[in-house]
Amino acid sequence: MKGSPAYREFHPKWYRTRVSTYWWLSQWSYRKFMLRELSSVFVAYVIVITLMQAHALGQGRAEYAAFQELMTRPFVVLLNVVTFLFLLLHTITWFNLTPRAIVLRLGGRRVPDLFIIAPNYVAWLVISGVVAWFVLRG
Amino acid sequence: MAETIVLQVTRYRPEQEAEPTIQEYEVPFTDDWVLLDALNYVKDNIDGSLSFRWSCRMGICGSCGMMVNGEPKLTCAAFVSEYAPGPVRIEPLRYFPIIRDLTTDMTDFMEKLKSVKPWIIRQEEKPISEGEYLQSPEELDRYKQFSMCINCMLCYAACPVYGLDPTFTGPAVIALAQRYNLDSRDQGSRERLELLSDHEGIWGCTFVGECTKVCPKNVDPAGAIQQYKVTATTDWFKSFIMPRGVE
Repeated sequence: MKGSPAYREFHPKWYRTRVSTYWWLSQWSYRKFMLRELSSVFVAYVIVITLMQAHALGQGRAEYAAFQELMTRPFVVLLNVVTFLFLLLHTITWFNLTPRAIVLRLGGRRVPDLFIIAPNYVAWLVISGVVAWFVLRG
Repeated sequence: MAETIVLQVTRYRPEQEAEPTIQEYEVPFTDDWVLLDALNYVKDNIDGSLSFRWSCRMGICGSCGMMVNGEPKLTCAAFVSEYAPGPVRIEPLRYFPIIRDLTTDMTDFMEKLKSVKPWIIRQEEKPISEGEYLQSPEELDRYKQFSMCINCMLCYAACPVYGLDPTFTGPAVIALAQRYNLDSRDQGSRERLELLSDHEGIWGCTFVGECTKVCPKNVDPAGAIQQYKVTATTDWFKSFIMPRGVE
């Protein structure tokens, strides 16, 4: 569908409404969509923070202590709390959408949505458990 | 007919005005009236110049889609009583050019629909003597949901991607292409792939999901698009690791 849309070309009398920049404010489902899209920024932020942490770790004790100090600043703590909430939103909304994209058939019938969604949550719990074990084992 | 309701209807008479205006009509109604009945009451009794499309009155033809209080609806399936005491705002389908009053130009949709070849394509037809192409209930079940589309275009009016970028192929057209791709009798998926896997095809979709919510036939165009994204990605990956193909 390259080029201009196939309306009868530039018919002077037909009225075209311009889409407002703020179209997404018009209803809750659009606002929820925009929040889900915005959550990607926070996912990127977590990746950057993780890279910074790994870099500081490689630079030695003093660098890592400085990184830890940075993380305790109120603004960063607040940002991280907001990030956590957005990550939850990102993860849950995408997990719940997986059955729409993945259609599995067993014995000629479509596998129920729950069986597509559940493995995501199980994997999330297991991986979180493993990470928690590494962090908390002392 | 004791109760009445006010309809706030978009009027656009290109020979008289430069942009649409709103006209109010007070109409009586009973419990079994749908908005299309109310519009027809206006046309028959109050103002014969009001223009809108309709045909079957029973959710089959897909002609009477309009914006009702900002939501895309088939007016033959929206009861007036649900909007009482009113007023009800009735506008032409969003994102389409308005020809007159509630009538929009569907040319863009029709051209796009034709472009994805929504019919069964055979590489080689078998002779009639060999009989029909048989299909099992399981094979039918794979595409049946997508075949329920009535081309009412409510999904386009719900899709902000189409609103912002009218070159986007759009929900119903992709769902109908997928309907044929998944048909066991069809061999045309390669012919549709190039168009569908284009930036203006499936990859234009950001999965807002509203197309599925407004669909009066439970077609799930958003699902069709995401499923096709998986197929296109798998195909690309296969062609990447096996460039000579495995037919």
